[in-house]
Amino acid sequence: MPEQLLFAMEVTLNGLMAGVLYALVALGFVLIYKASGIFNFAQGVMALFAAMTLVGIMEGQVPFSHLINGVLGTDVHHFGWHVPGALAILLTVGVMVILAWAVQRFVFRHLVNQEPIILFMATIGLAYFLEGLSDLMWGSEIRTLNVGLPQGINETIDRVTYDLFGYGFFIDNLDIVASVIAALLVAALVAFSQYTKQGRAMRAVADDHQAALSVGISLNYIWVLVWSLAGFVALVAGIMWGTKSGVQFSLSLIALKALPVLMLGGFTSIPGAIVGGLIIGVGEKLFEFLLGSALGGATENWFAYVLALLFLLFRPQGLFGEKIIERV
Amino acid sequence: MLYREAGDFNTSYPQDSQTFPIRFDRYRYYVVLAFAFLVVPFLINDYWANAILLPFLIYAIAAIGLNILTGYCGQVSLGTGGFMAVGAYACYKLMTAMPEVSMFVHVILAGGITALVGVLFGLPSLRIKGFYLAVATLAAQFFLVWLFNRVPWFYNYSASGQINAPERDTFGILITGPNAPAWATYLFCLIFLAASALIARNLTRGTMGRSWMAIRDMDIAAEIIGVNPLRAKLSAFAVSSFFVGISGALFFSVYLGAVEVGEAFGINKSFLVLFMVIIGGLGSIFGSFAGAAFLVLLPVALKVVGVDMMGWPTDIVAHFQLVIVGALIVLFLIVEPHGLAQLWRLAKEKLRLWPFPH
Repeated sequence: MPEQLLFAMEVTLNGLMAGVLYALVALGFVLIYKASGIFNFAQGVMALFAAMTLVGIMEGQVPFSHLINGVLGTDVHHFGWHVPGALAILLTVGVMVILAWAVQRFVFRHLVNQEPIILFMATIGLAYFLEGLSDLMWGSEIRTLNVGLPQGINETIDRVTYDLFGYGFFIDNLDIVASVIAALLVAALVAFSQYTKQGRAMRAVADDHQAALSVGISLNYIWVLVWSLAGFVALVAGIMWGTKSGVQFSLSLIALKALPVLMLGGFTSIPGAIVGGLIIGVGEKLFEFLLGSALGGATENWFAYVLALLFLLFRPQGLFGEKIIERV
Repeated sequence: MLYREAGDFNTSYPQDSQTFPIRFDRYRYYVVLAFAFLVVPFLINDYWANAILLPFLIYAIAAIGLNILTGYCGQVSLGTGGFMAVGAYACYKLMTAMPEVSMFVHVILAGGITALVGVLFGLPSLRIKGFYLAVATLAAQFFLVWLFNRVPWFYNYSASGQINAPERDTFGILITGPNAPAWATYLFCLIFLAASALIARNLTRGTMGRSWMAIRDMDIAAEIIGVNPLRAKLSAFAVSSFFVGISGALFFSVYLGAVEVGEAFGINKSFLVLFMVIIGGLGSIFGSFAGAAFLVLLPVALKVVGVDMMGWPTDIVAHFQLVIVGALIVLFLIVEPHGLAQLWRLAKEKLRLWPFPH
């Protein structure tokens, strides 16, 4: 087989893996949008906040230590203990649930019945708030996150492909694990929303707030539940991306990567988020590989958006989005 | 007593349709204009110009531009930073290609070029609506910034990839470059702001503004009663981008002097201008001023209080700023979704009835 084709295959595989990670972030958006009609721009910052909290808890860091030292002149930084990964993840989930409750109680409960665009702007405000809060709580330097996920080149794939084509593919173990976890997460979420009482209530709320309220579903409870779920998805995404490239501010920018995925897949569709993520992941990697050097490189910054834009011109509701019916 | 229409008789149609129908309001407006044009230039120094006045004037123009698109026409745009970059780079290319032409011409031409680019990126709005459009405008943001970063023609093949404003004058007075006097740069920006506000105000209460608002309130209904959505949306994009382009050109040439496109015109700039519009008030020219003033003054005030008075480290203050801006935006949306402009409107209503409210 010609070498170029082999490279292209490797790039495609890596693109698929990256796409899974995009889809993971997009999933959090879809969950909240479906259940409450809120387009949650803060999803990326939630991933950053979750990952920062996880690292902070694992290292036994004192929250707000920099602030306390700066204001009071003390010198506290660590409790001096290390929390094992699994326990730290559990604690972080707890923090995300508290966050979900606070967001619901203090922000969106007061914004019921506002226009979607107002809600969207509120989430941008929330994103700023969370970003500042995570900096204040845990500091703003780059952290390494290691919860015991395997990393590095996958030897088996390297050897098998070498035997087959005479060229070993470079696939990161972490990407494989991430794909498996993402697949499991999606399966679990679908099962949750289809087969449990809470899931059914969630779908009812998504369908019609008032009707759901009138059959006795607590909107507050469902919204806290949805935000907690989104927080959990954000945590998973934060762990994956954080392990891959360190926990730092740029983590929150993956939200911007997830937006074209949403446009492509449709805001209301979980399968759409997955397929959209894969298309974007493969598309941008292949585009960079084929034309990137001719155009000056770093085309990944905009390719996803332009692709989604062109796509929307032909299908304004995305691949799997509900058909938009407009009436006066 | 002061703020009344009683006793103020209009005897001609132009009088009847003037911008400030109440006499007190009109005089206040003239006083503010006179103060800004005739008094401030004599008081200004470099610190005031660079820390507060220039950013305020320039962001106010950008906020007026975005307010036309988002507040009046209802098309949410997250591409403001990208369009400001178009204005800046157009201005740079014009300044270096035609050094002898007045800066006024350059800035206005830069606005015109940005308007063309704006129309181009506004085309998808005819098919894409709501959030999908907001995300689609991000395509403009990222693509334009990438373009100016990667194509050397735009930055005249300079080694650093930056653009630097050369010294240019208008009517013999230096406007750009490090040696330009503070009062000249201030007046230059002020003229553009005053003209922009005047144009925007009169556009938004005329035929064009009404068709924008009809599209905003319900586009299908507007189409049925005979508003041409193509013309309304694209004209909103054009006018909005024109103002945003002017503000980008001023931001680069007069205020910063040297620009690295990702730094100065990144996605954060888009959000900043959007916040100004929200906090100030969607669909209000006064709101654009109020929002710009608020978000320009807030960091300065926080820095004065936090760093100079309390002696906190600067990075903590910077983080607090994020928290406060975020919390304020949420608070504003909860308490007054129509922004500072609505507070102003309510205050005026109260003042009209004072001291005998019903």
